[in-house]
Amino acid sequence: MTVLARAIDATRRYGDMLALDHVSLDIRAGELVGLLGPNGAGKSTLINLFVGLRRPTSGTVELFGGSPLDPAMRRGIGMTPQETGLPESLRVGEITDFVSAHFPDSVGTAELLARFGLGDLARRQVGGLSGGQRRRLAVALAFAGKPRLVFLDEPTTGLDVEARRALWDGIRSFHEEGGAVLLTSHYLEEIEALAERVLVVGQGRVLADDTVRAVRGMVGTRRVSLVADHLPDLPGVLGAERSGGRIDLVVNDPDRLVVELVRSGVPFSGLEIRPATLEEAFLTLTSKEPAHV
Amino acid sequence: MSSLVLAHTRYLVIEQIRVPIAILASAFFPAVSMVAFVVPFAGQDPVAATTATGSLMFFGAMSAALMGLSSAVAQDRDLPWNPYLRTLPAGPLPRFAGRILSTLAVMLISVIPVLVMATLFTEATITPARLLLGIGALVVGVVPFMLMGLCVGFLLASKAAMAVSQLLFFPMAILGGLLLPPQILPGFVQAVSAYVPTRGAAELIWWAIAGARPGAVPLVMLAVWTGATAAAAVWAYRRDEGRRFT
Repeated sequence: MTVLARAIDATRRYGDMLALDHVSLDIRAGELVGLLGPNGAGKSTLINLFVGLRRPTSGTVELFGGSPLDPAMRRGIGMTPQETGLPESLRVGEITDFVSAHFPDSVGTAELLARFGLGDLARRQVGGLSGGQRRRLAVALAFAGKPRLVFLDEPTTGLDVEARRALWDGIRSFHEEGGAVLLTSHYLEEIEALAERVLVVGQGRVLADDTVRAVRGMVGTRRVSLVADHLPDLPGVLGAERSGGRIDLVVNDPDRLVVELVRSGVPFSGLEIRPATLEEAFLTLTSKEPAHV
Repeated sequence: MSSLVLAHTRYLVIEQIRVPIAILASAFFPAVSMVAFVVPFAGQDPVAATTATGSLMFFGAMSAALMGLSSAVAQDRDLPWNPYLRTLPAGPLPRFAGRILSTLAVMLISVIPVLVMATLFTEATITPARLLLGIGALVVGVVPFMLMGLCVGFLLASKAAMAVSQLLFFPMAILGGLLLPPQILPGFVQAVSAYVPTRGAAELIWWAIAGARPGAVPLVMLAVWTGATAAAAVWAYRRDEGRRFT
């Protein structure tokens, strides 16, 4: 598949601080990539390199085979502005027109605003929008120029559940039409719902780069859940919690646990075994890092 | 490319017109000075009234250029909208050109009140050709102040930019003879006057609107200032880019 954006051994320092440490990765056409990492892990720096806001200290960053600093290469990308910075006195339609004017082929203001549920607000000044409306406008602007690759940094922060789902649908339909997305989010649920591939970064390095399922599987633990009054001592239990009638056990070897449980003869019901969540995988991956000097 | 310059200019002009205080601020002081000083003291003398009108129009234009531009650029740099604009497929030119053109537009609006008062309340006279020539001289003369405004805006935070541009503005306006004609200024001020850029710009305007012969030194100094402020603005722009975006 065509590589849209590529980092080769990219390192970025701010003074003494190492923000990205020899990162290499490709984003290919049509991919929906989730970028995960704690604050300060290097997510924003990585995006800033791809959109041409920063240069790598060493290594190479490419966009459509060229330099992200070349405006012609940036015609194929879309980016969300921080909604706090939108010019207050401009109308929604005017901002959309202004951003669209930068691209050779654009969606068109009326259609774009309708797609993001902002059709009625075209004549409203940005200063008069609610937080959620600003957020939607900011996300809509990323799609104005019919991009092939969109960078969405925390697209649904501050939105209610309904608005978030609507935005997810928008991102999915863009992806189904062949667009590629690099998405960061505080909500792991969001990455899990949208992304096919997950990049976990921590302390400037890529800790994992695989499918959602594989990243989940990188954590050896499983969660065993069942209903029982009391349990005997069982082998290999890493953690246990009781809520209502259910007991949740975190274990390394669920098969052995079930065998021991049956042997003990204790009555139980409603047995469920499921893999770790992305959140558990994420926490495990980012806390396993060696101390950094 | 030119359509992008237009898009940027349009958006910046809309932004300034929707918050008209900056335009009013540039227009207010010269209009008040016109009523307080020019109308009672020079209103009956056609030549004095005409040159004083030119001086005050330039005073307003300079305020829009130096104070308006420096605070607008400094505020821009604080907003997250600015880095977003850099991710759009355009180089720095449309943004830069848009800033300059929108400032020019606001500047031309802000000189209108003085012009109207001169026509209504004084004996100031001018032919349409000389008026056009005068506006041309105004635009040429204001260039170093725009560049100075850009330089201050790129170097300083917005509050500091406001204060510093005011500190530059008033002494230059007085030394250049914009508020009082140079002939009645004290001797030591007259000695310095020829070397400030305001004097060269004023002489250019007086020549355009009233046929007063400009001195060589002020005009040469205006050219020198234009070159120097252009170099300073480019340096300040690169320094800011280098600090925030490399």
